[in-house]
Amino acid sequence: MTDLAIETSGLTKHLGHVPVVDHVDLAVPRGSVYGFLGPNGSGKTTTIRMLLGLVWPTAGSFRMLGENMPAAGARVLPQVGALVEGPAFYPWLTGRQNLKRIDAAGPDGQRSTRAARIDTALEKVGLAAAATKRYRAYSLGMKQRLGLAAALLRPRNLLILDEPTNGMDPQGTREIRNLVRELASEGSTVFLSTHLLSEVEQLCTHLGIISVGKVVAQGAIDELRGQGDAMLRVETTDAGNAAEVLKGLGLDPIVVTREVVSARLDGQRPEECNRALVMAGVGVRSLTTDRRSLEDAFVALTGEGFDVAG
Amino acid sequence: MWLAEFGLLFRRVRTRVLLFVLAAVPVAVAVAVRLSGEGPSPGQGPRFFDQITHNGVFAALVGLTVTLPFFLPLAVAIIAGDSVAGEANLGTLRYVLSRPCGRTRLLVLKGATVILFCFVATFAVALAGLIAGSILFPIGDVTTLSGDTLSLAAGTLRIGLAAVLVALSLLGLAAIGMFISTLTDAPVGAMAGTVGVAVLSGVLDAVPALSWLHPFLLTHYWLSFGDVLRSPVYWNQIVLNLIVQAVIVGIFATAAWARFTSKDVLA
Repeated sequence: MTDLAIETSGLTKHLGHVPVVDHVDLAVPRGSVYGFLGPNGSGKTTTIRMLLGLVWPTAGSFRMLGENMPAAGARVLPQVGALVEGPAFYPWLTGRQNLKRIDAAGPDGQRSTRAARIDTALEKVGLAAAATKRYRAYSLGMKQRLGLAAALLRPRNLLILDEPTNGMDPQGTREIRNLVRELASEGSTVFLSTHLLSEVEQLCTHLGIISVGKVVAQGAIDELRGQGDAMLRVETTDAGNAAEVLKGLGLDPIVVTREVVSARLDGQRPEECNRALVMAGVGVRSLTTDRRSLEDAFVALTGEGFDVAG
Repeated sequence: MWLAEFGLLFRRVRTRVLLFVLAAVPVAVAVAVRLSGEGPSPGQGPRFFDQITHNGVFAALVGLTVTLPFFLPLAVAIIAGDSVAGEANLGTLRYVLSRPCGRTRLLVLKGATVILFCFVATFAVALAGLIAGSILFPIGDVTTLSGDTLSLAAGTLRIGLAAVLVALSLLGLAAIGMFISTLTDAPVGAMAGTVGVAVLSGVLDAVPALSWLHPFLLTHYWLSFGDVLRSPVYWNQIVLNLIVQAVIVGIFATAAWARFTSKDVLA
């Protein structure tokens, strides 16, 4: 068993003669929340379609949950919950009928537990009250929720979610993000495709950035962000003493004003700095760390504005 | 899975309306004949038409005769054309396939559903005709086209056989419709294309200069079902029809399979 939930090597797809996905090597660790970030038209959805066996790769290969795909699709895909390019259901069926239909369409959807599993999934996405409404009458946010419910019908080892908060109100967005966190804490790997940096910042442990069909950066978020660059900023009653204490911890503090000291953290933990300051009798009014934002990292990596690509 | 697939089709309002319209045709014919007072004179109107006033069960055969050239193929074209393209258009195809439901399996399910619809549609016409006919007119022994009489039970059985043959006649068109449906993500286009094939076949069949082509046409032997009302049953054209339909189904089902299992699902 490999420790990667998704592993692609040289994955390529040409539509016509244009490479839409160009030698993509993804490495999504098991248990991670992997943000797949890129502007619209950068090849995110085509990559996901290949992962799900909907589109045949032009070249390259990939493995999911430790098995060769798409050959092992019949074994692997039942463990994968997916939301691709928005929800899609039959407008003339109710939410519940739609879930029944999709559950019945493949393996591992035991009929004896179906009703209970559907109820649980609807409950999870907050749609229990609208279960008997026809899909036609659903709002955009409700449709999105039903799509998520379909992805949660069975226990999943891997969730592939394409823009899961699309069309949701702020409250719904927050609920969905909490849901993703909950799923991750239960041990599912979440592959989250998005064009929202804030979503990645809030949810993800790992990140892959795709631009014009190519992966331009990939890794743990903290690595990409550059943890070494984090700055400590202390507001205090006595900047001079504070600076002495920080110097004692091996930092190189700068007295900014009589009441503010800042220093590059260089691997020192902020809580340790705080303890040392307080023990030395320095009055600390506030202590903050200022990380390089993901956006800075993103711009540094891609070297261009986010909306320019594609 | 089978039940879910059938439920998907028959829960749809459009399917129910189609079946209702089909069933209404023989009823309308029977009511019109009844209201006009006297029956049509022999040899007038569609085949079996002059028999309705003598024996109500013939309304079923008249129903099949008048719906087969247009209404039934239209209904089958709608359902078959929608089978794959409709799912693609809704976007549900990507979810059903990544469920995963194997592509071959899904196509078989869709095919079974379309076949079921051919039978349900045909029997809707036949049953509605039988019921309307027996309410509005006397029923009794069935006079065959050859002039002998069959008991009512045997006659009804023959009508049932005719309905089965009509349903089988539609399978060639259904296979063509499903093949076209795998080519596009636009269900309306697939439906129109399928209707076009049926119309084209009818047109070619009417051109005497193309008589060499006629035996191979989809629609050429469609009306052969009436031969079950001869005694003994005249099987020649019926068998030719079944052979033509089987060949067409074989070709287009294979083509649909080849296309569907290899295509990129981008919808």
